[in-house]
Amino acid sequence: MENSHAIELKGITKRFGKVVANDAVDLYLDRGVIMSLLGENGSGKTTLMNMLSGIYFPDEGQIFVDGKPVTIASPKDAFANGIGMIHQHFKLVDVFTAAENVALGLSDGSYDLKRVEDGIRGISDKYGFGIDPKKKIYSMSVSEKQTVEIIKVLYRGANVLILDEPTAVLTPQEIKRLFRILRAMRDDGKAIILITHKLNEVMEISDVVAVMRKGRHIRTVRTAETTPQALTEMMVGKAVSLNITRFDPVDPKPRLTVAGLTCRDSEGVKKLDNVGFIAYGGEILGIAGIAGSGQKELLETVAGLRRAEKGSIIYSPEGKPPEELVGKTPMQIRDAGVALAFVPEDRLGMGLVGAMGMTDNMMLRSWNKGRGVFVDRKTPEKLANQVLDFLEVVTPGIDYPVRKLSGGNVQKVLVGREIASSPSVLMSAYAVRGLDINTSYIIYNLMSGQKARGVAVIFVGEDLDVLLELCDRILVLCGGKVSGIVDARTATKEQIGLLMTKVGGKEEA
Amino acid sequence: MHEKAPLIRIAKRDDLPKYKVWLIRLAALLLAIAIGGLLFLIVRTNPITAYGEMLKGSLGKKTGIRQIVKTAIPLLGTALALAPCFKMRYWNIGAEGQITMGAMGAGYFALFWYDKLPSPVLLVVMGLAGIVCGGLWAAIPAVFKARWGTNETLFTLMMNYIAIGIVAWLQGGPWEGKPGSQIIPTFNKAAVLPKALGVNCGWIIVLLLTVFMFVYMRYTKHGYEVAVLGGSENTARYAGMNVARVTVRTAVLSGAISGLVGFMVASGTHMTLYSSVAGGVGFTAITVCWLAQLNPFAMVAIAAMLAVLSRGASTLQTSLKVPASISDMITGIILLCMLGCEFFINYRLIFRGHHERAGEPQRAGGAEGPDKKETEEGR
Ligand SMILES: Nc1ncnc2c1ncn2[C@@H]1O[C@H](COP(=O)(O)OP(=O)(O)OP(=O)(O)O)[C@@H](O)[C@H]1O
Ligand SMILES: [Mg+2]
Repeated sequence: MENSHAIELKGITKRFGKVVANDAVDLYLDRGVIMSLLGENGSGKTTLMNMLSGIYFPDEGQIFVDGKPVTIASPKDAFANGIGMIHQHFKLVDVFTAAENVALGLSDGSYDLKRVEDGIRGISDKYGFGIDPKKKIYSMSVSEKQTVEIIKVLYRGANVLILDEPTAVLTPQEIKRLFRILRAMRDDGKAIILITHKLNEVMEISDVVAVMRKGRHIRTVRTAETTPQALTEMMVGKAVSLNITRFDPVDPKPRLTVAGLTCRDSEGVKKLDNVGFIAYGGEILGIAGIAGSGQKELLETVAGLRRAEKGSIIYSPEGKPPEELVGKTPMQIRDAGVALAFVPEDRLGMGLVGAMGMTDNMMLRSWNKGRGVFVDRKTPEKLANQVLDFLEVVTPGIDYPVRKLSGGNVQKVLVGREIASSPSVLMSAYAVRGLDINTSYIIYNLMSGQKARGVAVIFVGEDLDVLLELCDRILVLCGGKVSGIVDARTATKEQIGLLMTKVGGKEEA
Repeated sequence: MHEKAPLIRIAKRDDLPKYKVWLIRLAALLLAIAIGGLLFLIVRTNPITAYGEMLKGSLGKKTGIRQIVKTAIPLLGTALALAPCFKMRYWNIGAEGQITMGAMGAGYFALFWYDKLPSPVLLVVMGLAGIVCGGLWAAIPAVFKARWGTNETLFTLMMNYIAIGIVAWLQGGPWEGKPGSQIIPTFNKAAVLPKALGVNCGWIIVLLLTVFMFVYMRYTKHGYEVAVLGGSENTARYAGMNVARVTVRTAVLSGAISGLVGFMVASGTHMTLYSSVAGGVGFTAITVCWLAQLNPFAMVAIAAMLAVLSRGASTLQTSLKVPASISDMITGIILLCMLGCEFFINYRLIFRGHHERAGEPQRAGGAEGPDKKETEEGR
């Protein structure tokens, strides 16, 4: 083994038009080390890594692998240099098996499935993946798909692995498993770069942390010698307080009374089973559960996007007679004041149009307002500017296609729009998925602000610590059933964890 | 390892300045003219004379200009009809059939009602019949798509042949003029579009349509729905749009405008009805629509340019005795270059040894997800 670094970047600069995404970045990484790459949304983490994996080509600077200068002009070059990246958005063919996906585009030209399957089993056993090479992608969970991506990269002989926000879409159990695998790979002498916004993960898994701010590499520190608070300040560039203000609900009145709600998916599988609860105005109701326990279906049914088979949803707005929401169209429900901000796994798929700018995306809520055949662009434009200022969205302008924004900024646009509609019920799912720590707290406090306005806030989250700190009550879903509703001020993580697996009892992969 | 870079790489460009885009387009046009010049040399014609003749024959004379306008009317009208469909990512390639059906609807009133209605009323009724027939014809594949998710590309294409077949049958059967002639009689004067400035007044209609389509796509709720649906079906549903309704409505609007074009070609250009009354306009209009990048005003320019080309090509034939096929080839080369240059506007080629500081972004393997995701999801 040589004395040089596994990867070294010198003076790497990358511009997109006027945006400087990376500004003279110097960075290195050694073998047998897990490095976290930390930075606010839009600070250039993904862009930097994309240059290592051959998706972008640097405008300036040089990349060294094992001390030798290299040219990485395509993903193929990256593999030739032993660099593999697992993107946030999986690039798998759904109708193929795991092995077929791994075999796709192997550069030696042969297509020997048998050999690939054996190879996959070998890698699986070595690091403890436990994946069936013959399983089709479409029948896999998000976590399994991610595993296939990792295997794909390992099979091509990668020594340097880059994972872009791999934990954003995983459950706590799956994250634990991923970390076990990452440690096994580190001990095997691989160099690993992990992008994540969750500081507890940074502290738990990484040996060193590289912090980026506004395209620049600020500093690399040893994890053991730093604290979350110090890292946050490095990231943001000034002292910040990470506190959620939680006050007692004032005069809570039932706003949404759900009873006996049952629904099935298109295959006839029961997704919600006799769900009942009350959401109060001026209160934050958290919803916890293993991924796919019916959170999405519940919100969609309330929003009218999914047909309820049985049950009722009584909505009692302030100063108006209660009304039944089941059977109403999504538009009627929204106009009545029930807002939904759902952040899907790919962030864009639902709720935003990538090719449109902020203004036109704001208009998705209001396009149908007002009489006449013409749309009103003035109001959404104002709204876009408000969201831009308030959430500090990093974009060249409100008409810049949101597809080109960094992941976190895309999301600010979505969440900002829903909050700005001043709803009387605000449902949000995975609102902080992929958001940097600072912005996450802005969102939490926005939710609290809505609560103070007397809004009934329903908050589907993944991070139990946050749920316990932010919410008033927490409803736990398990296999489409309500397995319990607890008081967030007194409940413990263990208690919720137990409820998450109790009813139905089926183990999640 | 260092010099392993491939000889030529294709890299996606990011935002290219406007003026450069137009320089590339100009270069493409010049290239096409140069290649065309070589062709003329091969058939022993002086390229300069040839191009001169083309210009003289098309733009030099009043009749030439009228001819050009006449050719451009249906091209522009149909390109406008296709624009909202393409914006919605609904691949309607059935304009040819929708034009034919529109012409048939108009033809029915022209043939059987000309003596029962005063001319202006008759013309309005013919136009309406064209609109209704074209719209209905387009509705069939759209309803199937909305209901059962059938592939609209194949469906609309097949509908073309059925439409042409129906008119061919009418031509040889129920609507035949002199028995055995296989020809539908010429329309009565009352059923012919009047002229304005020497050309049938269809040009006024299509110019009005241009403004309409621009406003429709840019400023109306319908236009917004179309754009959102084209961007992402899931988002459209989330925003409370009725996806099936928007799909059918847009396809019907498109078919209706094509049908109106059918009325204009039957009544204004041919003054009769026959099976190839659309004359390939439904397909050429697809090129017009894309070259103009769905911008209605750009379509006016592109349609005019194509009309000038085809007119110029046909005068060459008569004045310089250049074979007809050569003129067609010239037209083809120009179109190919214009379409091809869009590739160079979106991508660049990077040659080996030109790396390191190759100033341009590189996006080989399909860059960050959203981009790709979206096309997958955009139906
Ligand atoms: N293809 C592109 N075209 C134009 N601008 C881009 C492109 N990709 C990234 N950018 C810009 O470069 C900057 C850095 O983006 P990048 O995606 O690298 O951020 P990030 O650190 O990964 O953020 P996040 O945590 O939100 O994912 C952003 O301002 C973004 O708008
Ligand atoms: Mg990123």
